[in-house]
Amino acid sequence: MVAAAKALSTKFAGFVGGDDFWRGIVAIAAFLIFWEAGSRSHAWFGFSFPWVSQVPAPTAVLQAMFKLVQEPSFWNSAFLSTLRVFEGFFAAMVIGIPLGLAMAVSRIFFGITFPVFEVLRPIPPLAWVPASIIFWPTQELSIAFVTFLGAFFTIVINVIGGARAIDVRYFQAARSMGSSTWDIFRRIILPGTLPSIVVGATVGVGITWAVVVAAEMISGGGSAGSVGGAAGGGLGFFIWNSYVGGSYTQIVAGMISIGIAGYVSSALLRKIGNWMTPWLSEN
Amino acid sequence: MWAAPGRRRHAKKDSFFIMTETSPVSALRTDVPPAIAVQARPGISLTLTKHRLALWLRSPRPYLMLVGFAGFLGFWYLSVEVWKLPRFSQMSGPTEVLREWFSEDPTYGLSIFTPEYYMHIWVSIRRIAIAFFLATAIGVPLGLFLGWSERFKQFVFPVFEFLRPVPPLAWVPLAIVMFKGSETPVIFLTFLASFYATALNTMLGVESIDVSYVRAANCLGATRWQVFRHVIVPGAMPFIFTGLQISVGVAWFSLVAGEMVSGQYGLGYVINTSYTMVRYPTIIIGMATLGLVGYVTSAAVRLVGDYLMQWRTRELALGGGQ
Amino acid sequence: MSVQSAVTQDRSPALQPARKGGVRINDVVKTYGAEDTGVLAVDHCTFEVQPGEITVVVGPSGCGKTTLLNAIAGFHSITSGSIYLDDEMLCGPGKLKAQPGPDRIVVFQNGALFPWKTNIENVTFGPMMQGAMTRAEAYDRARAMMADAGLRGIERNYPGETSSGVRRRVEIVRALMNNPKILLLDEPYRALDSLTKSVMHEALLEIFYKNRVSVFFITHDLEEAIFLGHRVVIMTTRPCRPKKILDIDIPHPRDYSVLTTKRFREFMEETVAAVHEEAIKAFAAGEKER
Repeated sequence: MVAAAKALSTKFAGFVGGDDFWRGIVAIAAFLIFWEAGSRSHAWFGFSFPWVSQVPAPTAVLQAMFKLVQEPSFWNSAFLSTLRVFEGFFAAMVIGIPLGLAMAVSRIFFGITFPVFEVLRPIPPLAWVPASIIFWPTQELSIAFVTFLGAFFTIVINVIGGARAIDVRYFQAARSMGSSTWDIFRRIILPGTLPSIVVGATVGVGITWAVVVAAEMISGGGSAGSVGGAAGGGLGFFIWNSYVGGSYTQIVAGMISIGIAGYVSSALLRKIGNWMTPWLSEN
Repeated sequence: MWAAPGRRRHAKKDSFFIMTETSPVSALRTDVPPAIAVQARPGISLTLTKHRLALWLRSPRPYLMLVGFAGFLGFWYLSVEVWKLPRFSQMSGPTEVLREWFSEDPTYGLSIFTPEYYMHIWVSIRRIAIAFFLATAIGVPLGLFLGWSERFKQFVFPVFEFLRPVPPLAWVPLAIVMFKGSETPVIFLTFLASFYATALNTMLGVESIDVSYVRAANCLGATRWQVFRHVIVPGAMPFIFTGLQISVGVAWFSLVAGEMVSGQYGLGYVINTSYTMVRYPTIIIGMATLGLVGYVTSAAVRLVGDYLMQWRTRELALGGGQ
Repeated sequence: MSVQSAVTQDRSPALQPARKGGVRINDVVKTYGAEDTGVLAVDHCTFEVQPGEITVVVGPSGCGKTTLLNAIAGFHSITSGSIYLDDEMLCGPGKLKAQPGPDRIVVFQNGALFPWKTNIENVTFGPMMQGAMTRAEAYDRARAMMADAGLRGIERNYPGETSSGVRRRVEIVRALMNNPKILLLDEPYRALDSLTKSVMHEALLEIFYKNRVSVFFITHDLEEAIFLGHRVVIMTTRPCRPKKILDIDIPHPRDYSVLTTKRFREFMEETVAAVHEEAIKAFAAGEKER
């Protein structure tokens, strides 16, 4: 235990004291300064930078964020979006993983389903929004369906790839030791595919966030008229509303919140993934 | 002369050595017979393709594929038009969609015979093209430098990662605020999504190059710049092209969102307005067209990649190098 | 017959005079990581590679022989000691890392022919990059050398289209195009099957007789070492240091009939015990295959 703590602290010290850490800080600081100067360019320099001058300054955004974190409605929106992400993501995993495994294991099933899958895959999830609204009874379900689609294709592709990549010798070894088919599935295919499932999940959750935000924006209000009534909150809707209401600092604040939420979900998934596949982190 | 499947096996081993005497000279006397070496001609890939197509037709795969499509379309048809299941009541069935799509005088104004159809397709493709080429022109060099120079990466990558978690679509309102007009925000969004995918994959491509290649080049007297040009860039190409295919896919994703929210014309716009104007078959037409065009653009990128990386195509065609 | 240098009875016909290319390794130490907590890979290693000869270094996997090769080539630094190539100091006090260059070319374990260039583009890479020849000259010379090595007909193929044995030979020709003083071979035949390997050995010797370049060859295969080498250096397990140095006085040119001669077996008997001893130590220390 003591040795582990020592190793961890040396690593941390190495990281913080390392050149690359400080260079990163310098870079981000420079970026923020440039942003600030650009936003306030009109006031500071007397002329406006082409695009950046329209963007609210980081300091203003920070103030807006402070106010925002204190408002319960903001947290409601955040919670709603997160809920939608997890609904869709969870559904994609629950349906996608077994489907992917079935496709990897049975050539016949693969031959039947993969072409249809590949034909549907290039259609962007958001293009499904109107069809989804027509089909599903409630707004929530239609957004959830679109979210599900976003992650679904990625997860299935990754599962198939992972299952296929399992070295055939593992199967041979197991067979020679007398394993049943179910055993092989449980002890070789499942763990062997796990790393790819994790990768698919991490990428999928990012896509899910993108889809949720977009779906919320679209259902909440589009320039071509709303596609269905107000979706009732969510961070995407919040950003869109801020735009419509003219409070630009809130737009950026909302974007940052989404960014943080997305990053946290990916990091969480990666941690869970690492915990489930301890054999990978040994090297 | 092309490598028939039986010959393929021979191409892998040094089976052409015939040791007649035990003198050391004999080991080098036998040259590589041209019959076994694959002639370096472009004709070979076409013949191989034809051969592989023939093999494919003989396997069960095309028939399974038909079963799959039949099942999918059949289910759609039955649930909407025959059984009229509750959920599916408002949807359009495949016959209605197909009739509309291929009719000369479509009820809702969009079919393969109407010029508006092609205009929308063209508008979307044009936006994708601009965004994609910009993203490639900026993303590939950036990715190459990020992978090549440790210092550069230390400075630039954190900013990159800082901005990345924000989904491109969350930029929509900001893009509208920043850029004038209605075209530029949409193109900017599409560019952003493409750019990230391209730069990231390019960087990974450079980092995945086996260090032995760089060392070999150094031994052979190459300068840093020569190593970059002759080893790094070609070595990263496979990853770059995978990244480009992903980038096209992501571009379509963002484009549709952008068009649905703030655009005029374009396939996303078509889908959106078809819904609000209650022209349901056109929604499906829009979706199907999107899928098709998306697939074609992706395939185009892949084909360009295959052509530029002849060495890889041939290696894979021969069943992989050793 | 151990460390005293014996005269090699070279019965080969008159060849070009041996190019220089002697490497002197003086008391080299290499530690990976920090001074006190790092891993000692090379422990006060001293021996010589004679110019115009094949020197083979044998040792268990992971013992540090690749580290030595990398130090000579300039891919890694050393911690102390010095390495000389003829009269020039490659690395030593004040300059712990050598500069890679075409006087010492490495042939890599898994092959480093550029897969995206054709064979002839690979072979002419060195001279073209250095600007030492015009394109026409380089291509002519490359074609001649490839023909000499029995590689006619595959110039415009990509490495991925040819077998690994052919690739190895192309890589050696690529190196020789630059007139290196010494060829550094890092277990080049490790990944080949034993039939191909035996042919490769004779091919390498043939190339050596024609070009008389010094060769520094690393392997873990004792038979290969004694067959090829003028001199065999047996290394201890990590950290490595020469355990036994033998001058192989079997005359050149050699061919595979040498393997069954009495002299060969005598050498094997003398050395196999030493190698086996180190192998056991390495196994006990849990050395993993690289």
